[in-house]
Amino acid sequence: MDNNALLSLRGIYKSFPGVKALQDVDFTLRKGEIHALMGENGAGKSTLIKVLTGVYTKDEGEISLEGSDVIIRSPEDAQHAGISTVYQEITLCPNLSVAENMYIGRSDDIIQNWKAMNAGADKMLKSLDIPAKATQQLGSCSIAVQQMVAIARAVDMDCKVLILDEPTSSLDDNEVQKLFGLMRELKARGVGIIFVTHFLDQVYEVCDRITVLRDGKLVGEYEIKDLPRVQLVSKMLGEELDDLSDIKSESTGSSVDTSGEPVIEAEGLSSTEGIRPFDFNIHKGEVNGFTGLLGSGRSECVRAIFGADRVVSGTVKKNGKTIKISKPIDAMKNGIGYLPEDRKVDGIIGDLSVKENIILALQVMKGFFKPFTKAEANAFADEYIKALSIKTASADTPIKSLSGGNQQKCILARWLLTHPDYLILDEPTRGIDVGTKVDIQKLVLKLASEGMSITFISSETDEMLRTCSRLIVMRDRKVVGELKGEDLTQNKIMSTIAGGEA
Amino acid sequence: MSKIFKNQIFIPVAALLLLMLFNLVIDPSFFKISMGVNSAGNPVLSGYLITIINNGSELAILAIGMTLVTAASGGQDISVGAAIAIAGSTMLRVLCGTNTRPDTLRTPIFVAFIVGCLVAMAFGAFNGVLVSIFKIQPMVATLILYTAGRSIAAWINNNELPIISDPKFGYYGGFIPGIPIPTPFFIAMGCVVIIALVLKFTNLGLYTQAVGINESSSRLNGINPVFIKWLTFVILGACVAVAALIKVSRLSSINYSVIAKDIEMDAILAVALGGNALSGGKFNMAASIIGAFVIQTLTTTLFKYNVPSDALPAYKAIVVIALVVFSAPTFRDAVSKFVKNIKGGKSKEVAHV
Repeated sequence: MDNNALLSLRGIYKSFPGVKALQDVDFTLRKGEIHALMGENGAGKSTLIKVLTGVYTKDEGEISLEGSDVIIRSPEDAQHAGISTVYQEITLCPNLSVAENMYIGRSDDIIQNWKAMNAGADKMLKSLDIPAKATQQLGSCSIAVQQMVAIARAVDMDCKVLILDEPTSSLDDNEVQKLFGLMRELKARGVGIIFVTHFLDQVYEVCDRITVLRDGKLVGEYEIKDLPRVQLVSKMLGEELDDLSDIKSESTGSSVDTSGEPVIEAEGLSSTEGIRPFDFNIHKGEVNGFTGLLGSGRSECVRAIFGADRVVSGTVKKNGKTIKISKPIDAMKNGIGYLPEDRKVDGIIGDLSVKENIILALQVMKGFFKPFTKAEANAFADEYIKALSIKTASADTPIKSLSGGNQQKCILARWLLTHPDYLILDEPTRGIDVGTKVDIQKLVLKLASEGMSITFISSETDEMLRTCSRLIVMRDRKVVGELKGEDLTQNKIMSTIAGGEA
Repeated sequence: MSKIFKNQIFIPVAALLLLMLFNLVIDPSFFKISMGVNSAGNPVLSGYLITIINNGSELAILAIGMTLVTAASGGQDISVGAAIAIAGSTMLRVLCGTNTRPDTLRTPIFVAFIVGCLVAMAFGAFNGVLVSIFKIQPMVATLILYTAGRSIAAWINNNELPIISDPKFGYYGGFIPGIPIPTPFFIAMGCVVIIALVLKFTNLGLYTQAVGINESSSRLNGINPVFIKWLTFVILGACVAVAALIKVSRLSSINYSVIAKDIEMDAILAVALGGNALSGGKFNMAASIIGAFVIQTLTTTLFKYNVPSDALPAYKAIVVIALVVFSAPTFRDAVSKFVKNIKGGKSKEVAHV
């Protein structure tokens, strides 16, 4: 055990019905260090943080702070022990003053000494070099300053451990630098900081150590200098670098004729979701994909092409002709289909029947005053229920009562029914059983061989290698590379995702 | 059998039958319809059933619009009564001009109706903009018009009460000479036919339900949720205008503070009695319309047994609570579980014997 350890967690277990969220996880934080906690979605980062802050109670394991065991049953316990958390979304009250926010809920006195409170707040803000005044309304500060106020509140409560949960997601570069300055200042004061983020550049900029989790298990703890980026990415994704390097792409991509005009070509496209302007093109019968870590901007790119987010710059051409896409219906009329990443929120219309869900997109394209007859709608639904072997009691069953895989097939049917020239599939296989996964991959290749252009996005790299003939690699919301042919290997993808010195 | 019970339309129909059965047992004269002559010397039908289809007309018309608003926006418009006052006042103003006791109408009734309709739809559009573009909760958004509507209505006629003497204007809320069935019933049925055709020959039903269930997903399928929500408020505006015509025609005048008072609550209740979720999404138009007539049957029944009009709302509330609780899914689940238990218990006993 490290003598310098400020906080140590040993053998933490936590499970939820059906899920083992944490299994035998160890974590050590030392005095005056910034420690990154890394992992993909579902790795157990949030669960670990919530155990530490008392939101969840652990099933097994020990937590010790400065050498003595502590029991944390509630967020209050955590606060008293000196563990504070600042979340991505500000959890303060924007309509109160900065000072009020810093002291709210901390005083047992009935009478509040406002003068002393404001003076104390000003002193703290000044010592941390935070550009805000005690009496200023919190809502009038920028998000970055609000976050800093939240940190100042934590520091003022003599926190020993500060947890920053994705604090930089809504900040611009300048604000991020200010936040990093504050973090270094706290580090110098001996505070231990746990930094959760998915921005690799930021990890390598401020952190001293990295702990990687995957599937609820500890992968390891590393000094930042001992873990090159590419290694980090491979540890997060769980792909052993060399074992997988010889998997060859089975895709038929090499036969795609890329000499002609691309079906869809985008130039300098960017949207309000904060992706850097990117170029994109896809040819007839081609399958390509966007890859990158979670939050790297892959979904935002395809949403910009489809007009799902507000596009702020760039042009899109179809077969060489400039087209204007400002909302989804424009894209649909130009033969673009989009299966969204989040099936529940953006895909299914839960209470409507399988039939209505399948015909929806084509119906909208046909027009408000031209509803399909019952016979037409039934014919469409039956055709695709059969073609994609959707398991449903009947075409009139509400879609929400189907399994995830069958719901996804309905959404896929919805877009196939529109006979698009270009189909975007964003995580079509997430949360779906293996059999259906393979079905969907096969279908993608079949459609491509029939001349459809498809963009396929998946968190599983091997799936993308199997289907795509070209991969566009993204990091921190910008396109950082494009891989095809010989370069389509796990190693190459990971090193491109990692970027930097790798 | 269980299929019938599960059908959404079962509840309002069952409620209606229950009320009818109650009247049949207590006093069968409830169903008596007699032919008489009204003050103008025309043959008219009278009886409690005629009263129900007559007075329930406005409610049925409003229930149509309210169902669509509820489905798309997941909220309700509480300014309906105030909007009726505005639309009715507008119609009278167009008919009378500045003279409150005109001998002849200044414009054809048709023109007055169109103008009133446009005004009501404009106010509906105003509510719609607040809800769809500014994303204000429908009840809060329509509270504005609910508060201001009746004074706007009074202001349109300089706070005077125009009275129309032309008997033709009375036809819409009364009887057309030679036809013994009250006109409002025909107007209501006309509206029902129109909405049935609209739902059949357009995608209004699919779009409103899709928007109400999952706005984000509807948008990604090319629907414009903002427009659809706005449209439902405009349609409700048109329903308001039709109801307003009937209301002012009944009196051939207007009382700004009393006309269509609290009708919004009955219209919302009609939607709820129809088994439609007030949080939006799937709807059944026929069930809402039957729901409106259930409410009117209840009101008429209470009147028949001489419940004083002051006490009426209290009695109504008791029946409504029973109906709403009965139609709540949790209650129905509990009942079906209870029934199952009894059946299960019985079969066990048999096994023991």
